[in-house]
Amino acid sequence: MSDEVTPPPAIEVQNLVKSYAGVPAVSDVSFTVQRGEIIGFLGPNGAGKSTTMRILTGFLPATSGVVNLCGVPVATEPDAIKHLIGYMPENNPLPEDMRVSEYLHYRGRLKEIPRRKLNDRLEEVLELCDLKRVRHRIIGKLSKGFRQRVGIAEAVLAEPPVIIMDEPTIGLDPHQILIVRDLIASLRGRMTVLISSHILPEIEVTCDRVIIINQGRIVATGTPNELRREILGHTAYQLEIAGEIAALSALLSQIEPTLVITKQGETDAGGFRTLHLTTESDEPLGEELLRVLTNDSRFRLRGLARERPTLEDVFLAATRRTWEMVDTPSKS
Amino acid sequence: MLLVSPSTYIAAVLFLSVMGFFFTSMLDYYSTAAQETTPAVFFFQYFCVPVLFMVPLLTMKSIAEERRLGTLETLLTTPVSTVEVVLGKFFAAYFLYMALWACTGGLFYILYRFDARFIDIGPLVGGYIFIAISGLMFVAIGIFASSLSRNQAVAGIISFTLLFGLIVGLSVLANVTLLQNEVMKPVKTAVGYAQVFHHLADFSHGVVDTRQVLFYVSGTVLALIFSIFTVEVKLLHS
Repeated sequence: MSDEVTPPPAIEVQNLVKSYAGVPAVSDVSFTVQRGEIIGFLGPNGAGKSTTMRILTGFLPATSGVVNLCGVPVATEPDAIKHLIGYMPENNPLPEDMRVSEYLHYRGRLKEIPRRKLNDRLEEVLELCDLKRVRHRIIGKLSKGFRQRVGIAEAVLAEPPVIIMDEPTIGLDPHQILIVRDLIASLRGRMTVLISSHILPEIEVTCDRVIIINQGRIVATGTPNELRREILGHTAYQLEIAGEIAALSALLSQIEPTLVITKQGETDAGGFRTLHLTTESDEPLGEELLRVLTNDSRFRLRGLARERPTLEDVFLAATRRTWEMVDTPSKS
Repeated sequence: MLLVSPSTYIAAVLFLSVMGFFFTSMLDYYSTAAQETTPAVFFFQYFCVPVLFMVPLLTMKSIAEERRLGTLETLLTTPVSTVEVVLGKFFAAYFLYMALWACTGGLFYILYRFDARFIDIGPLVGGYIFIAISGLMFVAIGIFASSLSRNQAVAGIISFTLLFGLIVGLSVLANVTLLQNEVMKPVKTAVGYAQVFHHLADFSHGVVDTRQVLFYVSGTVLALIFSIFTVEVKLLHS
């Protein structure tokens, strides 16, 4: 870290391509991660998340493209890279027969932590991951939550600048997820963390930025809020209303031309039904809607809410968009 | 990893009890009639029995298990190379193998305390040197078999088959009539060099032939190089 003038970004990926026997798993992925950021890597199964992460660690060679970690090229300097990363693979493989402290000690030696520092560092990590109670237990007999924390402890053990974790919260109960999430958040600012996950609220809470990947391509990047605007591109409202729905459309288009009903619910006992409206306009329409609908005697309005799309909606929309992109040329 | 896994201790107990059994039955045999050879020569003639089941048991886990559990991935993302991993696995298994053989020295020690007449130091040392040198190659073959599969049982069977072919198969092959043919003479010579039992006999008589040492050392190196390649190739195509 001597060149403090412009430290190179923690992770720099340019035009990364990886294909297995001609079948592309990752095609032309580029992204940059600044130091100290926590990045969420999202994608459906088989999107290329794990492949990308394995290439970042130098475990798998890329077919083409450039990957630099802290300015060090992965392809040509694999030994230097291994000192820069802490990696926890998918499903967190651990040796079944070792004790927690034995395993961490062994990994510490493998990662070339000097013997003098290792014991202090082990204490720190055990404390950080709340593993002190189980330090003498055999890993094969630990519960999933503890195993996962052993994996995280192992990844942060050597205090590498970049930490890569493939689905760290998979299979955990909500309480354990909370603990793991706090653990990851506690690394913020000190280490660059790249985590992949299916659990979207998880990513939304922990990560500074999100990269959505599908079919080996990046479909969207940005903070969760930016993604909402960019991907969904519309504002949604929810109405609970009774009356002639058929007449509503005309009324809505008077308020805002792009305002349309996208979904209608069942009519309940009181004659009310739930309607979902969307508009391309960014202007707040809530007040206008409320005024027009309450003044119109044909309708009785019970509720009006502006919908806040979750990351899940963004994710579904973004991945759907790639499938359309991929499917269209094949049909023609 | 070898020292913390229960299978190591099971293999060790099995090995030592089998060797103890051989030793006792050998002494029993000696007590009934006078023999021409010393107990050491006789004892080492049975080396192939423990080798054929011990080496696969000790080595089958080494790489196959790491691959099956996925710990090979975490291992190779630390600052170690494939070469270091394979060599580490090899030497760990080799030292354990030698440690177990060293335990059989206790049997000879008991015999020595009982009656020093039976101990002829030459064949004994020669036998152990043979075990040490041939062990290099046997263990390397076991490691190679382990690098081929993610299934321990498959690795064990491959390793058993290779060792069986090398130790027993080649000595059978030497007597096949097809090789008596003049055209097959080069093959016959090659097979003749690779007779593990002949090597043992030479070593037991105190003859340390560098050609034989070279045979084992080059075999070891070759098996280890193949193991390293196998691990790397499997990574490329994983």
